[in-house]
Amino acid sequence: MAEVMKIEILRYRPETDKEPVWQTFDVPFTREMSLLEALAYIKDELDPTLSYRWSCRMAICGSCGMMVNGIPKLGCKTFLRDYPKGMKVEALANFPIERDLVVDMSDFIEKLESVKPYIINDNPKSLDDGCHTQSPKDMAQYKQFSMCINCGLCYAACPQYGLDKSFTGPAALAILHRYNQDNRDAGKAERMKIVNAEEGAWGCTFVGYCSQVCPKDVDPAAAIQLGKVDSAKDYVIAMFKPGE
Amino acid sequence: MKRSNEPVFWGMFGAGGMVAALFTPIAILITGLLVPLGIIPAEQFSYERVLAFSQHWLGAAVIWVIVSLPLWLCMHRLYHTLHDFGIHAGNLVKALFYGVAFAGSVACATLLLLGLI
Repeated sequence: MAEVMKIEILRYRPETDKEPVWQTFDVPFTREMSLLEALAYIKDELDPTLSYRWSCRMAICGSCGMMVNGIPKLGCKTFLRDYPKGMKVEALANFPIERDLVVDMSDFIEKLESVKPYIINDNPKSLDDGCHTQSPKDMAQYKQFSMCINCGLCYAACPQYGLDKSFTGPAALAILHRYNQDNRDAGKAERMKIVNAEEGAWGCTFVGYCSQVCPKDVDPAAAIQLGKVDSAKDYVIAMFKPGE
Repeated sequence: MKRSNEPVFWGMFGAGGMVAALFTPIAILITGLLVPLGIIPAEQFSYERVLAFSQHWLGAAVIWVIVSLPLWLCMHRLYHTLHDFGIHAGNLVKALFYGVAFAGSVACATLLLLGLI
């Protein structure tokens, strides 16, 4: 016999709701059932109007970020068995709600694009020069930051982003650091303009909640602190290069 | 985007943090516990000896570092905590906070230099 859990969901249907309202659903569940499966059950069996984003069901696409009892989580990586007292599910914090559990992430996407999250190299090596050497040590400089799946949980966790949307934010700064540390990349000078700004690494006060909620164990807080070290060096170097 | 001048304050904050983490506990242990409990004999820290320590350039440097740098740490933390509490203080408050650290550092240096000359 499956147990039944009360799942409260913050609904927002812009055509009928003036503001978000709570709705409770009774969901029968087994030990293996994830929150994402519970949402599918609700949509299939109880209320087909419920909207939420999902794709891979295995914590790699980064689509199903939502607040569970006030903590940013991936729906697919959250299991009903861990919430014996029930669940309150809301759209990801710090983003405008589009509909039900769907948020408008365009601000994050713009920030992600602004850090040029790709290898920049105007003079790539030709094939005749042989392969690009990258030692395990070189790779260790950036590998963990490349595990980001752009789910936005860190933005929902970040109090600085909550206070001031001009802050570039944890994931974008971590990914910026990832490309700056890659020895195939030559775009650091361009990206440092972002790191050096108040809206860049300096907007972070190292609360560290971003790293706690990351479902992929990326440590954006560490990336930003390393960015501060880079920026401090850049500041000293710039003092000797007036006019730049 | 405009370059932030935060590296200056962050640098002082970092230096102060290092001192506060590594040396302040030692200073508190010695002056706050070991001497009062008599584990270190009080005469080792008599007024004359401490005065002589502060009047040597190395002793003066140690005292300045232990007193001044943690001030920058404290004021930086307090200033940023204001922001975390949703109080977005302007440049005047920033000047006031870091001004306290600056004034403390200058006052400490002045007193120590007076002892040196």
